[in-house]
Parts: sequence; structure tokens; C-alpha cells
Amino acid sequence: MKTKILMTASALALATATASYAADSSDPIVIPIHNWSSQIVMSNVVGQILEANGNNVEYVTTDSQAVYESIRLGDVTMELEVWEGAFGASFRAALEKGGIVDVGDHDAVTREDWWYPMWTKEACPGLPDWKALNDCASVFATAETGDKGRYLDGPVDWLKHGKERVEALDMDFVVINAGSAAALWAEIGAAEADKKPVVVFNWTPNFAEAVWPGEFVEFPAWEDGCDKDPAVGPNPDALYDCGNPATGYLKKAAWDGMAEKWPSAYAVLEKVSFTNPQIAEMAKKVDVDELEPDEAAEIWLDENEDVWKGWISSGS
Amino acid sequence: MADIAAKLEQETGGLSKTRIVQILIGVAVLLILARPVLPDFLVRLPEAWIPPLADWLDAIFGFLIDDLKLTVLTRWFAEGPLDFMLGLTANLLEGKHRWPFIGPLPWSCVAAVAAVIGYYLGGWRLGLLGGGTFVWTALVGQWTIAMQTLSVLAVAAPLAFTIGLLMGIAAWKWDWFDRAVKPFLAILQTIPFFTYLLPAVIFFKVGPTAGAIATTIYAIPPMVLMTALGLKKVSPEIVEAGKMSGSTRWQMLTKVYLPSARTEILVGVNQVIMLCLAMVVLTAFIGMPGLGGKLLAMMNSFKLGRSFEIGVTIVLVAVMLDRFSKAWVVKLPEHFERGTSWFVQHKYLVAAIVGFLGFLLISQFIEILYEVGRRQSLSMGKEMDGLIKGFLAIDFVQWITGWIRYVLNVWVLIPFRNALLYIPTPAFIMLVVAFAYWLGGKRPAIFAAIFFSIVALSGWWDRSVITLYSVISAVVLSMFIGIPLGIAASRSEKWSTRILLLCDTAQTFPSFIYLLPAIMLFGVSDVTVVLSIVIFTTVPLTRYTIEGLRTVPPEMTEAADMSGATKRQKLLSVQLPLALPTMAVGFNQAIMFAFFMVIIAAFIGTQDLGQELQRTLAGTDLGKNFVLGMNVALMALTFDLTIMSWAQRRKEALGLG
Repeated sequence: MKTKILMTASALALATATASYAADSSDPIVIPIHNWSSQIVMSNVVGQILEANGNNVEYVTTDSQAVYESIRLGDVTMELEVWEGAFGASFRAALEKGGIVDVGDHDAVTREDWWYPMWTKEACPGLPDWKALNDCASVFATAETGDKGRYLDGPVDWLKHGKERVEALDMDFVVINAGSAAALWAEIGAAEADKKPVVVFNWTPNFAEAVWPGEFVEFPAWEDGCDKDPAVGPNPDALYDCGNPATGYLKKAAWDGMAEKWPSAYAVLEKVSFTNPQIAEMAKKVDVDELEPDEAAEIWLDENEDVWKGWISSGS
Repeated sequence: MADIAAKLEQETGGLSKTRIVQILIGVAVLLILARPVLPDFLVRLPEAWIPPLADWLDAIFGFLIDDLKLTVLTRWFAEGPLDFMLGLTANLLEGKHRWPFIGPLPWSCVAAVAAVIGYYLGGWRLGLLGGGTFVWTALVGQWTIAMQTLSVLAVAAPLAFTIGLLMGIAAWKWDWFDRAVKPFLAILQTIPFFTYLLPAVIFFKVGPTAGAIATTIYAIPPMVLMTALGLKKVSPEIVEAGKMSGSTRWQMLTKVYLPSARTEILVGVNQVIMLCLAMVVLTAFIGMPGLGGKLLAMMNSFKLGRSFEIGVTIVLVAVMLDRFSKAWVVKLPEHFERGTSWFVQHKYLVAAIVGFLGFLLISQFIEILYEVGRRQSLSMGKEMDGLIKGFLAIDFVQWITGWIRYVLNVWVLIPFRNALLYIPTPAFIMLVVAFAYWLGGKRPAIFAAIFFSIVALSGWWDRSVITLYSVISAVVLSMFIGIPLGIAASRSEKWSTRILLLCDTAQTFPSFIYLLPAIMLFGVSDVTVVLSIVIFTTVPLTRYTIEGLRTVPPEMTEAADMSGATKRQKLLSVQLPLALPTMAVGFNQAIMFAFFMVIIAAFIGTQDLGQELQRTLAGTDLGKNFVLGMNVALMALTFDLTIMSWAQRRKEALGLG
């Protein structure tokens, strides 16, 4: 008798489980929006795909670091651009605390390193080699740095280890930390006026590539352990004596309750994957063509139906 | 107050004030000179002595969240009533998919109603301002985002008003409440906004709810203070009259006290609105939708022109609401003859309804009155980008900015910073105490000693000193600009109004927008940080200089004229001394603004408390976040207490009340 009740109960549970698989919750899926274009458009693209999938979607503007805490709490459902370099630390910290899951990588790779706009090459023709950069350090000097060159690094909280690298490779550069991404652009924008040579922190995929063509400085290639083992890299006594990895991951993350609450949407999210050119195209629609993000997403979806149609049909 | 100070002076055994100040400074100078041979613990507190304040605070928060389950209550509030109200306004204004599923209202309707309200409050000028603001917003293609912002403010401002009013009444009724709540408000007004953004997210969910709560908390203090002030000032005759007509206590409050305190309460309302608007951009970090979020996105993709346009919208909305609420303060309730028809009595309400319905109807047929699309909008973003970049490319501009950057950085700012950092911690505290004692007297000196000791114990001394360095540099620099500007402007009525309007604009224009052009002019350096603070600190200095000089009693200036004083003599020995207490208020406000702005300057690139605060936003370091915020608040409060106490005594001495 008892076993029978148990069996019916489990059968019922199974039935409801399949039922909920067929129909996602009608509560809105909350997609976070940050303050750079590719992420905003990609979020709109995925949001519209999910709407086509029959889900209810809402967007919320959040800080790109604080978002991981919100995902853990379930206030935000997913994050579409987890950059290895910029957000790896916050993401890993959230993973350890629990409440967030890794939903796989995009095809796109990311790179973050010292970068210069093309006009800099005229003043320092040996680029992109880092030794050549060091030889013309004085070209990058400013009032405050004296004879040494000035390198504008990303905000301290991005943990880019610019100072450590300058010391490890014995370079004639002073590292200044900008306070925000916008500060980096303002420096490049100011230098553009009279083609002043500058070297700043930058990354790809990024809108800046479309506005100011440029190149990354080629440091000694990244080897595993360069940030942990002094023996790795050209300087046997120092950490951070090589460039950043040229192929960092770009991940998707989600609240760990998502798979249960919106199974079909979660299945779509697992399939979502964009490439570098696709991401650049999305950013360009907003940054260069001056479209609003939702319009840009609509147009992108129209133009690239073959890319995303498959993600839905096989999901349901 | 004065005789207490005298008594205390006697108790200190006849040591005169000057003597104490001299001793403090003397010891401090000795310590500085002896620094090379001082033991380490006298230069900076050793790490081991620093109590783990952040950990203790974390434990308290952990207890509140995990054991008391406080979040269950706050989350219920955020997801229940608050979300409902936000959904309601968001649906009506921007068409968010929430109950009652009516909106969005066509922009022309909103503009029409604003114009009628403006006309009612202050004639055709305000009518034009009200209508014009919304027409501009729609035409530059920012309607939806502006409505997102307003839909949150429409909840936050009334919430702040209600809570502030109730707290103000309580503070007036019960003395103990007043005493308990005052220090709280002082801290709330000086603590950096980053400090309550994080708790807002944890307790009230990222998004409009957290944005609304943070805005509300920020806007409450002046409402409490103004309400209490207004109620205390109600004249005894009115109270007597109320009692004689046999009012109950409730009637006394609602029919006698509150209407008599109307002016102060409405000034409070004005303050609430202004503070709400000041938070528009900052709350974007925790999910507030609308103008602020868009502004940050525009700045991060280096679109100066369009971020400038968003700034203009924010200023227009702020100026509109400011002028509306000020007009409401001076507008007296209208009274009609018995028998006047309802329509005449409510002619403005009728006009508003007619305007609203009329445009609602027309906009069904003429689409552009309903919604202005991106393609139709008149945004000039790209053109403005070109203009700004062209200006920066001019050789002369580059030469000037390069020169300023070199002189200020290499000869003034960096040496000054290094000098401040060189001073041993105890000597620094003594110097601050000496300053507070000399200017403010005993009480501020004691607080200065306590506050700066706490800062030293918090373990963030160097960063606090760098923060202070930016603040002092900026305030000193802006004195050279603001005070002469104020003196010059105060000579004529016309120029006073013009400069004051400029002050209003500079104050409400979102500070973030200054940052980018400032970086483009001076690069990421200390000059940029200090100059962007200067833009803010010059405003109150100019404003209060004008106000102080223009309110000098005419008898005094006439007396000076009669005794044959030259213009210069009159200014230096009559007007300025009399205006000084008022100017001190401006000076104090300048310092408060500087402490506010120095945190925002972290976005340029600094090594101070602001930078660390910005970093805590990323994580969940509630404890560290509070310690950092507290340091800023304590330093700001030291100056606040000192200067205000000086201004008060000075006013009494001059008989200016």
C-alpha cells in the first residue's frame, strides 16, 4: 500500500516535471544590461530570441561587477558576457559561494593587453614589439613622468598588473591607473586630435577597434603559470613577465534556479554562442551607425536568421 | 554657549586659546621635523594595532541578514508594495508591461499638462518652461528613458516626502527623538553615496527598487530638518487661536501647525526633488533605468555629444521642477466669492484635463505627437562630437592646457600631496585639532580629535589624506575663482541673476559629463581630479558671496559712504566683514560638495578612498564599504562642525542673528 502511494507520488512528480519542461514560468526572465555596447546589443538579441521562444523578458541596468551577486540571489537570471580577464575573479568568487552556474563559452575569444592607436607607429616604427616600445619610451613621456614613458592602465580593480610587468621586464614606463573605461577613451580621443603617441590598456572585441584602428603590443607570449611561478617567462625572478593570454574565454552564466524555472529558455541559452565578427557587428550597429540597442538587435536578428533559428527549434 | 566656553576656559587652568593652539602646532612641527628619527609607530599606526573594523561590521551585517532574516522583510517590501507602485508609474509613463496596462501616455499629453501646471504656478514663463522641457525631451529622442527616470522619481520623491514629514513631526514633538535623529542625519548627509548603493542592492534587489530606495534615503534629511524647523517657528498666537476654537490634537496638527509651517515644508519639498535628481546618474550603478544608465553607456562608448544632450535634459527637468516648487512656495491659496461656479474655481484643472484629452485624441491620428522615433529626432550628437574634438585640436588650447597641467602638477599639487603624506599621523591629527580649536572652539576641537583618531584607526590613513588633499586643493583653488566672481557679480542686480542662473545650471548638470572633456584637456592626472572638483565647489562660494554682499544692511554701506570711504575701503572694511558669516556657509558647502565630488573623481583615476569605494561596489564587502564611507563622513563632519560653529558665533557677534 505504502509503496503504491509512493509510486503514484513519484509518477505525479515526474508528470509535473515534464509539464514544466514544456511550459516555462511566465515570470519575466531578467537580463542585465551594462555600459558597453556589444553587451547591450547581445542582451537585446538574446532577449528577443527568448521572446520568440515564448518567454517573458525584462532588462535591468546593473554594474558589471556587482551583477554576479545579483545572479546568485536570483534577482538577475543570466549574464551573457563573462570576460575572463575583467570579470573572471568576480565570477569565480560567485561560483564558490554558489547560486550561479557556468553555461558554457561563446566561440568568441577575448584579449586584453597594452594597446596603441595606429598613428603611434609613426613615432615608434618598431612596434608592435615590446622591446621597440621600451626603446622609444621617451616618446610617451608627459609632464609628470619626466623621461619615462606613460602607460595608462585600466582601473585598479581590473587587476591588470601593469606595474608588476613594467618591473619584471625592467621597462622605462610609469604606470598610471585610469578610473574607468570612459577615462581610457577620453585619453585616446584627446591624443587623436594631434596624433600624439599613446599606449593604453584596451581589449577586443570592443567598439574602439571601429573608431580607432590599432594594435596590441606583443609581449613575450603567455605561458601557463606566468602569474604564479617566477621561473616561467623571460625573467626568472619575477611574476607577470609575459603578455596576457591572447585567447581568453567569453562565457555565459546563469542563476542556478533558471534550468528549473525556465527549462526551455535555459536550453536556448546553452546553445547561444557568438563569434568575434558577430559581436563586433552588433557593437558597430550602435556605436557607428547610431542605432538604438533594441533596433540594432532586431536588424541583426533579421540579417542572421540562419545563426539563431536553430537554437530555438531544437530546444522545444 | 558663550558662557560655557568661558567656563571651560577657566577650568583649563588659565591656558588661553592661543596658547593651546600654539602648543599643538609646536608639537606637531617638532614631530614633523623629527620624522626621520621617529619610531615607526609614531609615523603611521602599525598594522597590528588596527582593529578589524570591517570584519566586525561584516559580522553585524551577517547577523542581520542570516540570523534575523531582515532581508525577508525588506525583500517583501521591494517585491510587493514598492514594485507595485513602480510598476504603476512605469506603465503609465513608459509603457512597461505591468498593471494597469494603459500606458504609455503620448508625450504631447504630458507636455500639455506640464504647461498648464506651469502657467497656473507662475504665468506664461513657467508654462513655457514646463511644456518646453517635455517637447525638448521628446524631440531629441530621449522620451522613453526620461520617463523611466521620472517613473522611479515619482515614487521615490513622495516616499521621501512622507517619511521626512513624519520624522520631522516626531522630532518636533519629542525632544529625545530630535536628539537621536540629528547625528544620524548629519552622517547621512556626508556619507558617500557609494556606501548605501551596496546595501540597497542586497536588501532591496537590483533594479528600479534599489534605485528608488537609495534615492529616497538620500533625499530624506532636508525634509526632516525643514519640517521640524517650520513647526518650531509657528507663532504662539496662532496656536492659541487654534486652542480657543477647541481643536483636537489631530486638528491642531493638520489644521493649525502644518498649514502655518507651509513655507518651510515646501522648501523641504524643493530640496527633496533636487536631491532626487542628483541621484539620477549615481543610482544607474545599481540598476536604476533611464537617463543615468543611458548616460553611462554613452560615456563608455565615447559619445560626448549625446551624453551632453542627456545632461541638458536632466538640467531642464531639474530647473523646471525647482522653479515649479519654488513658485508653489510663494503662491498663496486662492479664495473665491461665494457662488463662483465650479468651473471657474477649477479653471486650471479643467484646462489641464482638456489639454490632456485633446492631445490624447489627436495623437491617435498624428503619430509624431504620440512617439518620436529615433530617425525623426533632432539629436545633434555627432555634430557636437565634431565640435568638441575640433576645439581640443586647436594649438593654442593645447598649449594653455599643457602649461596649466605642467605648472599645477609638478610645482603645486604633487609637492603638496607628498608634503601631506610626509606628516606623521599624530602630528596631522594635532594640526587638524589646532585648526578646529582656533576657528571653531572647544567642541569642534574635541570632535576633530575623536573623528580623525577613528580615521587613523580604520587603517585607511594614507588614502584618507589623499582624499583630503584633493578636497583642500580644490577648495583653495575655487576660492580664487568663486569669491572674485561673486564680488564682481554682486555689484549689479542683472549680473547677480545671470551668475546665479549659471550656478544653478552648473550644480544640476550631471558631474559625470564634465569628467570626459576634463580628461581630454588635462589627461588622467591630479590636475583633472582637482579641476573637476573645482567646477562644483566654485558654485556655492560664488552664490553665497553674492548673497552675503547683497544682504549687507544698507545703513552700514550708507554710513561708510558718508564717512567718505573709497569703494575699495567700503568693500574691504564694511561689506566683506559683514558678509563673512554668510560666505562661511558657502565655504562649508563647498567643502561638502568637494567631499561628494572627490568620490566621483575616482572615475578619472585616483588613489584615494573613492577608488577603494568604487572597488567595493563590485563585491559584497559591506564591512569595508562602510568603513571607507565612514572615513569620508567623519572628515567632512569635522569641517562642517568647525566652520558652522565659527559662522554662528560670528553672526551673534555682529548682531546679524
